[in-house]
Parts: sequence; C-alpha cells; structure tokens
Amino acid sequence: MTWLQDHWSDVFELLGQHVYLAGVPLVLGLLVAVPLGWVAQRLPRLRTPIVVGTGLLYTVPSIALFILMPSILGTGILDPVNVLVSMTIYTVALLTRTASDALEAVPESVRLSADAMGVKPLRRLFTVDLPLAVPVLAAGLRVAAVSNVSIVSVAALIGVPQLGQLFTDGFSRDFMDPLAVGVVGCLVLALVFDLVIVVLARLATPWHQGRTA
Amino acid sequence: MIRFESVTKEYADGTVAVDGLDLVAPNGQITVLVGPSGCGKTTTLRMVNRMIEPTRGVISIDDQDTAAMDPATLRRGIGYVIQHAGLFPHRTVTANIATVPLLLGWDRKRAKARAHELMELVGLDASFARRYPHQLSGGQQQRVGVARALAADPPVMLMDEPFSAVDPVVREQLQDEFLRLQSELGKTILFVTHDIDEAIKLGDQVAVLRVGGRIAQAAPPAALLEDPYDDFVADFVGRDRGYRGLSFRHAELEPRVEPTVLLGERASGEGWRLVVDDQRRPVGWVEPKRLTGAVQESDLHRGGTVARIDGSLRAALDAALSSPSRRGVVVDADGALIGTVRASEVLALIEGAAS
Amino acid sequence: MSLMWSWLTDGSHWHGNDGVLLRLAEHLWYSGLALGIAALIAVPLGLFVGHTGHGRWLAVNLTGALRAMPSLGLLFIAYMWLGDHLRGEGAFLYPTELVLVALAVPPILAGTYAGVEQVDAAARDAARGMGMTGRELLLKVELPCALPLLVSGIRSAALQVIATATLAAVLGLGGLGRFLLDGLATRDYGQMAGGAALVACLALLVDLLLAALQRVVVSPGLTGKTARQPRVETRQAAP
Repeated sequence: MTWLQDHWSDVFELLGQHVYLAGVPLVLGLLVAVPLGWVAQRLPRLRTPIVVGTGLLYTVPSIALFILMPSILGTGILDPVNVLVSMTIYTVALLTRTASDALEAVPESVRLSADAMGVKPLRRLFTVDLPLAVPVLAAGLRVAAVSNVSIVSVAALIGVPQLGQLFTDGFSRDFMDPLAVGVVGCLVLALVFDLVIVVLARLATPWHQGRTA
Repeated sequence: MIRFESVTKEYADGTVAVDGLDLVAPNGQITVLVGPSGCGKTTTLRMVNRMIEPTRGVISIDDQDTAAMDPATLRRGIGYVIQHAGLFPHRTVTANIATVPLLLGWDRKRAKARAHELMELVGLDASFARRYPHQLSGGQQQRVGVARALAADPPVMLMDEPFSAVDPVVREQLQDEFLRLQSELGKTILFVTHDIDEAIKLGDQVAVLRVGGRIAQAAPPAALLEDPYDDFVADFVGRDRGYRGLSFRHAELEPRVEPTVLLGERASGEGWRLVVDDQRRPVGWVEPKRLTGAVQESDLHRGGTVARIDGSLRAALDAALSSPSRRGVVVDADGALIGTVRASEVLALIEGAAS
Repeated sequence: MSLMWSWLTDGSHWHGNDGVLLRLAEHLWYSGLALGIAALIAVPLGLFVGHTGHGRWLAVNLTGALRAMPSLGLLFIAYMWLGDHLRGEGAFLYPTELVLVALAVPPILAGTYAGVEQVDAAARDAARGMGMTGRELLLKVELPCALPLLVSGIRSAALQVIATATLAAVLGLGGLGRFLLDGLATRDYGQMAGGAALVACLALLVDLLLAALQRVVVSPGLTGKTARQPRVETRQAAP
C-alpha cells in the first residue's frame, strides 16, 4: 500500500471533509427530527402527513438533490453547503419516523405517572420521554450515520471533495489503489460512527442492561 | 376414543415432561387435563396430533396407532383449538373456517356453505362472514377458532386452554355454549386447562397431573370433589369442595305454593311478596307495606337467584340463601314459577341423599 | 430554476437519440432488470431463512454490511475488475447490473425474512396443527402474511436501484444520469437540473406505484391496525 503512504495527508484531508459532510447533518438532522417526531406523536392527525412527507423526501436520489440544491439555495454548484443541506434533509427524513416511534415506545404507565405527579408536558419530554427514547433513537441514528457516510461519497461526481473523490480519481487514472482506500475508508468511518453512537447511547442510559438497541 | 399407553416424553437435557402416562379418553366425552405449570398437560395434548413426538409409548385413536399415520393426514382428521385462536389474519372468517375442508379437497361451494353452517352453530352472526380477524373481539375470534376446528367434522378435538385468553364474563358464555355444542355434537374431546373450576364445569372425566407428567387422579369431577386421592389433589381442587360438590347432586325438590302478585297490580300483606309477569315468570320480590300504589319495576328487589326444578342442589340452596324472604324460587324448564323452598328443606334433602 | 424549466420544456430534448424518452426507457430497463434478478434471488432465500430460521445471522449482518457500501465506489471497482474481460456495451452493462443486483438483494432479503418471522406464532401453530404441510404453511400462510414487509423491501430496493442506475452514466451507460453528467461536463446547468428533476420524479412515481401495488396485493386483513408492524431497517443509502 505504498500509494496510501505517499498520499496519507491528502487522504486524511478528504477524510476530514467526509466526517464533516456526513457528521454535521446527523446532529442537525437529529435536532430537527426530534421535535418533528414529537409533534407527530402528540398530534396523531399530523402524524401521517409528517411521516409520509419526510418519507417522500428520502425517495429523491441523492445526486439529484445535490444538483437541485443550488437552484433552491442560490449557492454555487461546487459549494459543499449543497451537500450539507441535502444530507440534513435525508437525515431528517430517516429520523422523523424513528423519533415518532421512539417517543411512542415510552411505556404508557411511565408517561401517565409523570403526568399524574404534575410534571408539565415539555419538562416531561426532556426528563422522561427523551431519555427513555434513546435506545430506539440511537438505532435509527446508527442507520442514518452509515447511510450518510455512503451517500456523501456520491458528491464526488459534482466535484465536492471528500473520500468519494478517491473513487473518481482512481477511475479516471485506471488505478485501483485509491478506489480500495476510498471504499475501506468509508467502511471504517461508518464503523467508527456506529461505535461512537453506541457508546454515547450507553452513556446516556445508565439504567440499561446491555440490551441491544 | 384416545388411548395413551405408557406414553413418555423426555427431552435431550434430561427433563421428563410426561412420565409413563396411561389414560383413556372415552368416545363422545370431554376429558380434561388439568394441573399446575410444568405438569405436561399441553405436551400430552400435542403428542396426540404429533406436534410433539413421544419418546416412548403408544397413542392410538380408535385403536389406530397415530405414529403409523402420516402427520398431516392425521391432523386433518383432528380438530385443533389453541389459546389465542391462531386465526389467519390475511383471510376472512369464512375462509378461515373453510381451511381444512379445502385442504381435504372439498369444492369451494360446499366448503363455503359448511362455513356458514358452522358460524350459525357457534353463535356468530352471518354478517361476520366477510370480516377479518383483526375486526373481531377475543371471544368472537375464539368462536371462529372452534368453528374452524369443527369444519371437517372430525371425531376428535384437541383444545389447549381455548378460553383462557378472554375475560371472565366472556369465558363463562363460551363455556356454556361449548357445553351446548357438545350436547349436540358428541365429539371426543381432550381439553387442557390450568383452571380447576373450568375443568370441573366442563369435564366428564378430569385427569389431574403432577409436575413431571404423572397422573395424580383421573375421575369424574364429582368424585374429585368428594374423594380426592391425596393431599396434592385435594389442594389443587381447592376449598369449598362441599359446596362445589353440590353442583353435581340432584334430588326431588318439593316446592311449596307461593302466593304471587302480578307486575302492575297492587300488593298487600305482611313480609315479602313474589312478583311475576304475565307468563308467571318471577321477576323479583317486594315488601307491600313499603309500597304506595301498584307494583312498578323500580320497586323490585332482584337479589334472589332462581333454581330450576331439575337443577342441582347447589342452585336450590343458593336460591334460598339469596332470597330476601329466605324462600328460594323454583321454576320449571320454561322459567315459569312452580313454588319456593326453604334452606332447611334443601339441607334435609342433602342429608337425606347422603345416607 | 428557469434554466431547468427552459431545458425541460424544450421539445427537442425529449425525442431523438439523446432524448428524455429514450434515456427514461434505458433507465427503466437497467433498473427493472436488476430488480427482477434481485427479487428472484432474494425472495426465495428470504422465505427459506424466515421459514427455517437457518442462516439468519448471516442474512442480518449481510444486510447491515451492504448498507455501508458506497455505491459509486462499487460501480468503479466492478467495472475495473470485470470490464477488462468483456467487450463492447457489455463491458459497462454487466458490472453495473452486478452492482445493482448486489445493492437490491439486501433490502428484499431483509423484508422477506422479517416478514415471514413476524407472522403470528399462533397462526403458524394452528396451521401446522390443522394438517398443513411445511410447504402449504409457507405458501398459504407465511408468504401472504409476509407481503407487507416484503413489498416494502422491494420499494426500498427500487429506490436504491434507480438512484444507483443514475450514477451508472459515469461508466458511459445511458439512462437519465446521462443528462446529469453531460450537463456537468458542458456546464449546462439547465440540462443537469432538468435531468435531476426527472430522476427525482421517476423515483417518486415508482415509489407511489409500488405503494399502490402494496395496497392491492396485500390482504385487507393485514392492513388493519392490530399489532404494530415491526419496523425493519430495510431502508438503505440511496446514493
């Protein structure tokens, strides 16, 4: 793997970009999806439109969304913001339903006890519902993370730098090494994201006894 | 007839679920297997249709060894009812009931007609025919389950806690209807339950099993109540055995004449008066001195139960004990008043019958 | 935006050798072929895993692992490995189809075996007890009850395939992706955006069609709300 040794700093930079483009949307997406999911769960009439609406967004192929973003946002085509916003949309699309399901999964008896003790709905959301919803949310987040890592690589076609660029590089030069490094890099990154989420979820739920999310 | 000869089920890790069982379930009767958790009752049931294979011993139906038959063929000739009905969610009620007939090759029309016939038999309105299981209540689903098991008119039925998953009121209805059905059809039934009262109510023969799969006692329910074999059976059968045993005892009741007042007329006299409707059916008791004017429905005291002249001594005693006037109402088969009995008279009959 | 509209509304772009209709047909051909092959492989396999329980661990982990695979990278690798041995149009088509099938199999497999697994255990027991053979149980009970999740697996796979088929244009194939890449090369944003919009619409339409198919094919007894359908992670990265 001499190629890798020679180009280590380049690969590292692309890796950093990739982490940024795949990771930030996870956080942003979570911040949007949880309130949306909460609304969907509390107001059953809105549930179907919200879930179906976000589901439809996920249907749009990523390359198409990356290309259409500039006309919506008014940015240039090479601007990484296109990718960032698109990925956030995908994350929201994936996570809204999960968030709604996760909040739904909080045991009715727990919710009722909290209400009966006089805990206000919003406070209950933060102190009771969300902590208990963490396992399901974490599972959804893991799927989103892995998904994001692999989708971001497609942005190489529109020239946005990240690990996917190794694919286009390798292909245009008919050279397998960058391709292999790129694929392995994506897989490793997906694995790292997955582990980080698992660890964070464990930390956030000290009462859980190692049950798989 | 189902015969078990030294039937044993042993698992690879050494647990013995059923240990050398010898039992005969006679034709046309309900044989109930009852016992605590782990006594092997369900295992025994499932060995009859070979959902579980016995380790040793022979199970035969009408003297044919079940082990010699092809399992699928064997099962198509046995009705199988389980606890949560196990209805096919993707099929309508009619399609569910018609399952075995269709498996046996009946043509669709005949199978469908049979399904409708059975729906009526189990007390399901015809409007349920095209509904799906998820639209039915628990009790309704169980009825479909029973109808489905009866569809191909099998001589033998296996029932595994079929009424356990419904609430007590529905359970009682289902039990009563099941007894009515059996009186019409006369199937050979092997019934599993953990509820001793259900066993006593439904069984012609009750086999009490111990943990480890051995029979502690197999006898008609009255015998179980009167003469339990050992402490285990006595404990399992439970308390109030004397009272419960009275359900199985009958005697010639001699009700006395009881003066009545018709609903809507004025009542007079001391103490309690029995009120009847225009078909001489008792509807309740009233105290005339507390009334002003004619007897209304709202004046009625409905506390007393009503005993049938051909009913059990338990019903007669309860009628007397629960009546506000301490005179138990006795009616005929159509529900029309015959007379009343007092508790002391019933007790005299009980003691007389005992000697 | 206006660039996109003017490109889309230009009639000449729709017909002819380079036209939208032709590209659409190609795209549907690549996608449909891959989906068909994947279903032929994954459905029987999924039925087997669900019915017998064998190979479940493998099926679950395979699905998970493949979700992480970057499809663009896979396309390039497949081409570079196989393209040398093939001639002509096939040099681009076969590696692409291989990758498309590989990406479509996991969601269909997952949907199928999950669908079979969640069939009511009591219904299965009753079916066996009534005298259904293993095969009858599978075909008359497990398969129909597994349909909702099976079809949702196919929907997932369809999205995946349509999206990846778009990328295949980078290997020189036809399909709607051609507009994206050609537009990129010639800096014709109208063409790029037009192509992107078309791909998005195609994906949406196919999804809606499959959803309608799901309604039609699945028994009404299953769509009623009894137990919540367990959410199976069949949704994959749509590149």
